[in-house]
Amino acid sequence: MKISFSPEDEQFRQEIAGWLKDNLKGEFEELRHRGGPGDEHMFPEERKIWEQHMAQAGWTCPGWPVEHGGKGLSINQQVIFHEEYARAGGPGHMGHIGEGLAGPTIIAFGTEEQKKRFLPGIVDGTEYWCQGYSEPSAGSDLANVKTKAHFDEASGKWVISGQKVWTSLAHESDWCFVIARTEPGSQGHKGLAFLLVPMKQEGVEVRPIEQLTGTSEFNEVFFDNAVTDADNIVGKPGEGWKIAMALLGFERGVSTLGQQMHFQNELDEIIKVAKENGSSEEPAIRQRIADAWMGLRIMRYNSLRMLSGGADGSLQKEAMIYKLYWATWHANLGKLAMDVLGNESEILDEGPYELNRLQSMYLFTRSDTIYGGTNEIQRNIIAERALGMPKEPKGR
Amino acid sequence: MEFAFTEEQEMIRDSAESFLQDVSTSEAVRTAMATEEGFDAELWQKICSDMYWQALHIPEEFGGLGLGYVELAVLFEEMGRRLLCSPFFSTVALGVNALLVAGNEEQKAQWLPQIAEGNLTATLAYTAKNSWDADSITAVAKKEGEGFVLSGQYKYVPDGHTAGLLIVAARDENSSGEESISLFVLPANTAGVSRTWTPTMDQTRKQAEVTLDNVFVESSNLLGVAGKAWSQLEQVTQLAVIAVAAEQAGGARQILDLTVDYTQERVQFGRTIASFQAIKHRAADMMVQVECSKSAVYYAACVAQESLFCNDKAGEQVAEELPVAAALAKSYCSDAYFHCAAEAIQLHGGVGFTWEYDPHLYFKRAKSSETFLGNGAYHREKIAQAIL
Repeated sequence: MKISFSPEDEQFRQEIAGWLKDNLKGEFEELRHRGGPGDEHMFPEERKIWEQHMAQAGWTCPGWPVEHGGKGLSINQQVIFHEEYARAGGPGHMGHIGEGLAGPTIIAFGTEEQKKRFLPGIVDGTEYWCQGYSEPSAGSDLANVKTKAHFDEASGKWVISGQKVWTSLAHESDWCFVIARTEPGSQGHKGLAFLLVPMKQEGVEVRPIEQLTGTSEFNEVFFDNAVTDADNIVGKPGEGWKIAMALLGFERGVSTLGQQMHFQNELDEIIKVAKENGSSEEPAIRQRIADAWMGLRIMRYNSLRMLSGGADGSLQKEAMIYKLYWATWHANLGKLAMDVLGNESEILDEGPYELNRLQSMYLFTRSDTIYGGTNEIQRNIIAERALGMPKEPKGR
Repeated sequence: MEFAFTEEQEMIRDSAESFLQDVSTSEAVRTAMATEEGFDAELWQKICSDMYWQALHIPEEFGGLGLGYVELAVLFEEMGRRLLCSPFFSTVALGVNALLVAGNEEQKAQWLPQIAEGNLTATLAYTAKNSWDADSITAVAKKEGEGFVLSGQYKYVPDGHTAGLLIVAARDENSSGEESISLFVLPANTAGVSRTWTPTMDQTRKQAEVTLDNVFVESSNLLGVAGKAWSQLEQVTQLAVIAVAAEQAGGARQILDLTVDYTQERVQFGRTIASFQAIKHRAADMMVQVECSKSAVYYAACVAQESLFCNDKAGEQVAEELPVAAALAKSYCSDAYFHCAAEAIQLHGGVGFTWEYDPHLYFKRAKSSETFLGNGAYHREKIAQAIL
């Protein structure tokens, strides 16, 4: 067990930090610290150009194997990459769903043809992805998917009909991976397929959801006889659930460290405000700031444990607690930010509803404990899978 | 960076786990805790001669095994799980660490081999007040001839009534704060030393009051430089709280396991109470805190390792984190252990409130270890000072 990096890794840190310093400027200057959670709707076009700029220097998908267009970075180097990217204020990746979810799933389960067709677009920043999982009646009960797909022999295509919801970046995406029911009459996690569906077609309609922040990052997506080619299914019909669940495992990788640097930036801003307005002298606030700081460090240690162990890909205990832990921590940070601001927390930058960064973060954190598996679902998962307690009874 | 245990470290854990499971049973703990000494001397000798744990992080040149703080943290975690009653914590986390941090080569050569052989136990005494900062040191050291005369009182001294070797802090007359503090090492049977066992709510870890009444010690008993010992004492307590935190992480884990096992057996309304979401969610929250405690301890142990033994630049950088890493681990694990132990009683229901079931042993250890060397709020304030 060792927590310091090798001289070679530190040299790599210089390399990526230097590149970011030299490149995240000029036309990209305005993107610093933008486009993160709660701010994903900002500068989409500019962030795509930035993504392509990174791609030209080979910095997209750095953790992917070289054969698939990545840099094949070691875990340690990926840790460093994400830390330096966030430290430099690198903008939220427009391609993070492709890089972190769609790509790894295709690498793990896709055919050679699918790899050739889809991976280059993710790597070079020309094709963007969104995730078609949740539905109005499939939230926490994700397996209750109603969206249907059938293979139409005449046209040789899959035909998809149904509604997805809470789809981030759907309006900016070229492709969506969709779990749909291909076996008529099937229930739960049986009879599902994992389909890759083009977004820019007549049968797909995207409607933004206005959130309590007043902004829209999430969408509803309607599929009305939307089509995709016969080859655009990952795995076989009926294997959709297995693949969807494996994908959720990819979500808890090194990118968590980038998320943490983003959190650190928010905490630094809160500390700055606390020092400026004198609340940093109040014992109760001091305790809470220290607690937030500690909590973030522990989040990092949890990640380092998660990344260092379990190379077999099985979900370890520390991975199972990750979502519940960070979501709860972040929601508390939001509240702390408002309490540090005091009366000023109410005052907007301008009307009718222009939130500043901390206000936006505060409100957005209310979604953290819900999306991607609510805190309650996370507790069920921990109790059942990590502690071996009985499963929840099902109503069907 | 490799934040995972090596195979050797896993072996140390496995052997500690199986050994302690056999010797530190609930019955053994209850027998030992009912005595004034607080431990089974025969078991302690077995640990010293068969397991050699007391020698674990003593360098080989002083008769030890020369292993590191991560291995040590693993042992503390396993001991915390089983509430092992022994002078291990006082001897190793306080005594050995104080000698390693503040002792010169002669002093290390004089005392460490005796500890490594299992012939000597040790402890650290400094506070006379209901606090842990520099002002809590009121014992006085006066220069006299070729030595010093020490007088004063010490409270909350772990195993102070049984330890063979005392490391004590004392200050120049009329001084205050962090200035003019010195550390001394002296055999407990030195003339003028008196020790009284203090009965405590947590019976698994004994405390004593130590009084020095004009105790004369030679200059060779002075650890480090006269009047300049506060920073060394701070380092020793930082290393020690990491050991406490490791015990707390182990205790929290064990009480979670006991609680889950109990809820799997207890049937009400025709089903095990473990099947109720109200129980499952509380157990899940306990597990989050257990895993976070472990992460905090393992990281702090890596920092402690560099603080004691580093030999390169990267190590030095890590070592600088010791004050915050220690404060973080102690703060988090103190609160987590208390939370888990309190939940354990609640989730056990009525039997959790009995003397017969074990949750109260953990609940009491959680509180005593939370208080010892500063509670969560105390250490959070230290972090606040570092970042605000």
